[in-house]
Amino acid sequence: MRSDKNSHAPFALKVAAAAGLLFMHLPILLIFVYAFTTEDKSYQWPPPGLTLKWFGVTWNRPDVWESLALSVKVASISTLVAMILGTLCAAAVSRSQFFGRETISLLVILPIALPGIITGIALRSAFNLADIPFSMWTIVLGHATFCVVVVYNNAVARFRRTSRSLIEASMDLGANGFQTFRHVILPNLATALLAGGMLAFALSFDEVIVTTFTAGQQATLPIWMLEELVRPRQRPVTNVVAMVVVLVTFLPILLAYYLTRDGDQVAGQGK
Amino acid sequence: MPPNALNWRGRLSDTLWRRPRLLLFLLLAPPVLWLGVIYLGSLFALLAQSFFSIDEFSGVIKYEFTLKTYRELLIPANLDIIIRTVLMAAFVTIGAAIVAFPIAYFAARYARGKWKALFYLGVMLPLWSSYLVKVYAWKLILAKEGILNWILAKLHLTWLLDAWLSLPIIGGNSLSVSYTGTFLVFLYVWMPFMVLPIQASLERVPSSFIEASADLGANARQTFFNVILPLALPGVIAGSIFTFSLTLGDYIIPQIIGSSRLFIGQAVYAHQGTAGNIPLAAAFTVVPVVIMGFYLWAAKKKGAFDAL
Repeated sequence: MRSDKNSHAPFALKVAAAAGLLFMHLPILLIFVYAFTTEDKSYQWPPPGLTLKWFGVTWNRPDVWESLALSVKVASISTLVAMILGTLCAAAVSRSQFFGRETISLLVILPIALPGIITGIALRSAFNLADIPFSMWTIVLGHATFCVVVVYNNAVARFRRTSRSLIEASMDLGANGFQTFRHVILPNLATALLAGGMLAFALSFDEVIVTTFTAGQQATLPIWMLEELVRPRQRPVTNVVAMVVVLVTFLPILLAYYLTRDGDQVAGQGK
Repeated sequence: MPPNALNWRGRLSDTLWRRPRLLLFLLLAPPVLWLGVIYLGSLFALLAQSFFSIDEFSGVIKYEFTLKTYRELLIPANLDIIIRTVLMAAFVTIGAAIVAFPIAYFAARYARGKWKALFYLGVMLPLWSSYLVKVYAWKLILAKEGILNWILAKLHLTWLLDAWLSLPIIGGNSLSVSYTGTFLVFLYVWMPFMVLPIQASLERVPSSFIEASADLGANARQTFFNVILPLALPGVIAGSIFTFSLTLGDYIIPQIIGSSRLFIGQAVYAHQGTAGNIPLAAAFTVVPVVIMGFYLWAAKKKGAFDAL
């Protein structure tokens, strides 16, 4: 839908849209202010004073570093698994028509369409039934399951835009299947895969609902934050961690946006 | 004979080229094994457990088929939990549609070039930023000593908040322990999911339709309600799938901001955890699945999937 170039939005619409955007952004910006507050016993506003002290305190907290390391490890492995599974699935779905094709797409979307608590409790009871002890790997198993969909969405969109004649031309010129994949398909797919991987990483890095069910004693960064939310012990440290988490998740999102902005959409719907 | 037929890679790739079914099978096997066996398997195992029951005295699960656990869902306390959650999800969905629509409308109809990209990122960044950080931000906002009370005090509007909090059901001792607080946080966290589907459906409305409506004598208001809104409805429904489903299954937000009355997610969590009543927890998880099943079926009939 396009209106004339010289048409202007009604004033009320401008105000409503601006208010909506402010509603989305102000609470996140508030976190940034709280990271510098001198108050450490309550959530007092306005902050009585500003300080950089809490950054140093947070830096010296081993538990924060441990959960951060675990989160990065889990997110990296899950992203890798999701990239492999998602690409395979996208290649299969986009290269041929076969019986059950729709079911495959549904299967990929299901872990994210169902509420996280269902995925979480299902995996937990399955681990219990199979006597699998909870570890980093059980967390990875859950995360990879719902990360597949973002890689898949990005890869499918790119496959759809990649012309089949390119692959045929490569074959005609004497390349075998592996060479075609390495020199023709992969370079075409690379940015889409990278974008999907970034989003998968962000998704896994932030996930808490499934993780509460599939983690044993290990705390990922979101689990650490959840404990602080339920029973605040170190408010200033939590403020700093929250701010860092916002900054860290913004980077992959921005990168993913720039990698896919021409043409297909970033698979953003459905977290 | 082509040169690459001599090495094993060449032969393998020739075989795969001649047998596309084999290649398809090799491509599909890993993801289907992972999602179909591990994920669906766990899901069905959970479903199966909802047909077992727990022995009230020993607390041991009895592994025989019964619908007793489902009957337990219908006792007033549990029914209350279900109704409360569904009502909250409905209100959050309506609220999200109202807040999201102007943003989507402006982005689809008036934003151009740089502004369009800015709007897109303006929605994507909050959508993707950390769920817990967003909840935490609202804990800061709604705190008694927090910014909302401060602003209201500065504007001499504290009486308004007190009046609101003294209302039955939606009120409470303070915003952070009332349904109003829970609603605000839900709205904030899930609303971004509503914007992009609405925007996508609005972008598909041809401008000739709007001109035709004006040519036929409709004013802007009539055009909006009779032409634009009906055509944007599939987008609203598509967005509502996210807001509704995500609210139904959430157990963290009502635990942190809200009264102590339970939502479905919290009930599931409590029953599978300390209570060890997996059958009842499993039966509770069936409720959102069934509700979402109906919801998706209705949404599909309305053509919402084309708007995704």
